[in-house]
Amino acid sequence: MSNPPTIFALSSGAPPAGVGVIRVSGPAARAALLALTGRLPAPRRASLAQLRDSGGAVLDEGLVLWFPGPNTATGEDLAEFHCHAGRAVITAIETALAVLPGLRRAEPGEFTRRAFANGRIDLAEAEGLGDLLAAETELQRAAALANAGGALSRQVEGWRERVLALSAEVEAVLDFSDEEDAADLPECFTWNISALTKDLAEWLARPRSERLGEGFHVVLAGPPNAGKSTLFNALVESEAAITSPIAGTTRDLIERAVAIDGVPFTFVDTAGLRDESTDAIEAIGIDRARGALARADLVLWLGCEGEGPGGAWEIAAQADREGFVPKQRAQFTVSAATGEGVALLKQALVETARNALPKPGEAALNARQHDRLGEASEALAAAASLSDPLLVAEELRRARLALDRLVGRTTTEDMLDALFGRFCIGK
Amino acid sequence: MHQYDVLVIGGGHAGVEAACGAARMGARTALVSFNLDAIGAMSCNPAIGGLGKGHLVREVDALDGVIGRAADAGAIHYRMLNRSKGSAVWGPRVQADRVRFKAAVQAIVRAQSNLTLVQGEAAALVLEGGRVAGLELADGTMFHVKHLVLCTGTFLGGVLFRGEERFEGGRIGENAAKRLAAQLRSAELPMARLKTGTPPRLDGRTIDWAVLEEQPSDGEAWTMSPLTPARVNPQVFCAITRTTQAGHDAIRANLHRSPLFSGAIEAAGPRYCPSIEDKIHRFGDREGHQVFLEPEGLDTHMVYPNGISTSLPVDVQETVVRTMPGCARVEIVQPGYAVEYDHIDPRALTPDLQVRAIPGLYCAGQINGTTGYEEAAAQGLVAGLEAAAAALGRRGPALDRANSYMAVMVDDLTLQGVSEPYRMLTARAEYRLRLRANNAATRLTGLGIEAGCIGEERRRWWERREGSREMFHVKHSELIHARALADVGLPVRRDHGEKTIAEWLRFDGVTPEALAPWLGDVTALDPQLAEEMAEDAAYAPYLARQDAELRDLRASEALPLAADFPYGEVPGLSNEMVERLTTAMPGTLAAAGRVPGVTPAALSALLVHARRRLSEGKCAA
Repeated sequence: MSNPPTIFALSSGAPPAGVGVIRVSGPAARAALLALTGRLPAPRRASLAQLRDSGGAVLDEGLVLWFPGPNTATGEDLAEFHCHAGRAVITAIETALAVLPGLRRAEPGEFTRRAFANGRIDLAEAEGLGDLLAAETELQRAAALANAGGALSRQVEGWRERVLALSAEVEAVLDFSDEEDAADLPECFTWNISALTKDLAEWLARPRSERLGEGFHVVLAGPPNAGKSTLFNALVESEAAITSPIAGTTRDLIERAVAIDGVPFTFVDTAGLRDESTDAIEAIGIDRARGALARADLVLWLGCEGEGPGGAWEIAAQADREGFVPKQRAQFTVSAATGEGVALLKQALVETARNALPKPGEAALNARQHDRLGEASEALAAAASLSDPLLVAEELRRARLALDRLVGRTTTEDMLDALFGRFCIGK
Repeated sequence: MHQYDVLVIGGGHAGVEAACGAARMGARTALVSFNLDAIGAMSCNPAIGGLGKGHLVREVDALDGVIGRAADAGAIHYRMLNRSKGSAVWGPRVQADRVRFKAAVQAIVRAQSNLTLVQGEAAALVLEGGRVAGLELADGTMFHVKHLVLCTGTFLGGVLFRGEERFEGGRIGENAAKRLAAQLRSAELPMARLKTGTPPRLDGRTIDWAVLEEQPSDGEAWTMSPLTPARVNPQVFCAITRTTQAGHDAIRANLHRSPLFSGAIEAAGPRYCPSIEDKIHRFGDREGHQVFLEPEGLDTHMVYPNGISTSLPVDVQETVVRTMPGCARVEIVQPGYAVEYDHIDPRALTPDLQVRAIPGLYCAGQINGTTGYEEAAAQGLVAGLEAAAAALGRRGPALDRANSYMAVMVDDLTLQGVSEPYRMLTARAEYRLRLRANNAATRLTGLGIEAGCIGEERRRWWERREGSREMFHVKHSELIHARALADVGLPVRRDHGEKTIAEWLRFDGVTPEALAPWLGDVTALDPQLAEEMAEDAAYAPYLARQDAELRDLRASEALPLAADFPYGEVPGLSNEMVERLTTAMPGTLAAAGRVPGVTPAALSALLVHARRRLSEGKCAA
């Protein structure tokens, strides 16, 4: 078998930055280290070195690390150059690497793909790693880390064991019914299925990992000129915006994703809700606002008390204005202009969102995993409802198969491509 | 010099199916046995079939094998096990009169064209360039043959144990066995030891049958083989008794005298068929264990007490049986004993049961670590058909895990090996709902006709049946309105609309019997087929779901792994996993997934590397 090409890429953020990390993975990683630094450092120890190109010109001075395979992140020989991350320096080092024999730039997702291909991680872990690298907030990072660390895989293994134990009970009845010990299913059988189904349901009810990416949806609603936009600005503008405002395709719907205390939010400012509008374009805006309300995790209602959607928080806005009418049961009284109450509101939002999004360190399911787990849960429910042990056994087998697919015990190429297509380069 | 296409050594259940199967394929075949009169002997219990095993019998029969028809010829008691459960786990089982069964086997074997019987001792394989070239008998006779099937049971290093006694065992002549065994050992095939046991045989005249619960032959008309028009023998009943505390006390007091506990036998025995001393030792709190008293034939008084296999000393065996109800005065005709024997690690075999290291040598039956007549017969058939196909440049029937228990067994054996004597269980088949004992002909006879191993009589039967199937299909697609069913009292909601007969059969409480007025005469055409097709209709949603699963499976079956696939070069595979995969040598990625202990992460590593090899033009196959 010929050697796979050795790949390299900048695996830290885009330059310019303080420090950049260039990773090299593959059989020629050792040669790359030798070529650039003239020596091979002790394994797994950071050491200072001058990086030179083939002509001997010094490109940079930085830390280098050497991880001999196969016990590395990718399962291959691995080298890391921690250098100054100016664009010129990075380009120079990458150019020096590209001319070495057997080296080429990594494709998107290729480092993770190699880790997966070399059996270093299973599918759920690879997906977790993908999420980890896409994570922009602390909460996202913690959830992705849990998956990448195998928390989900371990959990699935636990469920699989329990389904296996249930299968064993049924199989005993099917194959050894003429022996007295195994004539009937034990009384606790259905109870055990229900307990397992309950565990699965709890996971299925958890917010998915995509939800972490989208953030906790907070919609500001109320009649025109209720102060929605001013409050919206107060909520998002002081925060580090993660993406540029998605200027909601209409003049009337504006979304912005921000992180407050590490918790991802999407705030949506809507068109004022009026029933008697005659302006056709405004009517479209109002329709969209209603759509946004339907998708909302939480609505901040700035209109007349009691007229907002169920579950909305009553906000008494524009407290600084003359003629301000306080609400009887306002959860928050705020003035975006003076800042009154805004900090309190933010704090409450963060608390509420934390409870609604995956807990830090808790593994979260993505859509694919959710589907597989849903299938397992459906099969278990069917198993609990059937009386023919033969069909109970078949449903338990289906549940097992769904769990196997969840962690990639049965793999197909389509799934691999779908998985690796979305990775950033160099991770 | 005698020349044959295929030569089979051994005349047990495996050898008979191998020889007859090869001969039906059209190969010039010889069967060599130490004693031709012993062909078809049942060396252990007088029963054929059972859970999982009944499926195998029906499958061998569907490929025109011997065991089903011979079982019918000898049957003196029929029972459908698991009748109360779904039909996919029904287990047809018969008790056969030993003499009549053996006579039937011998009649079929002697009538088989292309098959020569040779009495003699197989002494040595003749190898040329590492592959089989012939066989030498003890008297010096030489056979020129390139495809040789070894069906020699427990002849390799067999030792019998009974209490403190030891006997070197095996029905085959010692010299022959020793030379052949030495030759196999020198080939450095991986070998291991297993044990099995048998109960004492009782004199039925000394049993007080009147005090025991009777178990009659079931009153139905089914037979093992559809080619048997009707049951032929008078039917006898069995009886049920049980072991008692007094018997258990005797066993406990003498456990140290059992070779199983004294350490004399170290090999693993079957967990699902433990000896009585094992049962007492492991489940000591039980008051008694059920024992089935099974008559061994119409012309003998011998009774087989099913459930008390033992290797305790004779005096303890006597105490145990005499403390069972109805057996106070019972006489033991032949004491029980345990056998320990060598077998080949079946992972050394390819999926056609050929020894990878010695091309042309096939192994079938107990030598591969299995137990049971049915398991032996099925392997014999596979090996015989494959050997003949190889000799004739054709292909054997296309068996896989989704169409037969036979393939499930061969796949399990060659990929996973054995840690205890392998017995078929329905739990081993993941596509159990489609592998029913009563649809074996539908699954396999067509494949058999394609492969060329089906005789004239069965082919005609099959064609008639396929004609009827068409009429059932037409009938099953007729529409009935829910109101009509509700009107005759069926548990169907009146507003369920119109559905086909096939769809209605999926509803709880809508049986073929209930639909008789709509099915009309078609059922009488072929009642067995009617039943089978009604089950297909009832299971249809499950079968459709499995179809999707099978498409996935076949996609990974399409990725071949060569025998020399360098598992050691796949990074990320632990040493243990490399060893398991190298030993099992899975032929495809799907098979690799069935090797025990292979993790999801390892499987993905394999997938990627196998694909990379393919794309690099190093064809993995």
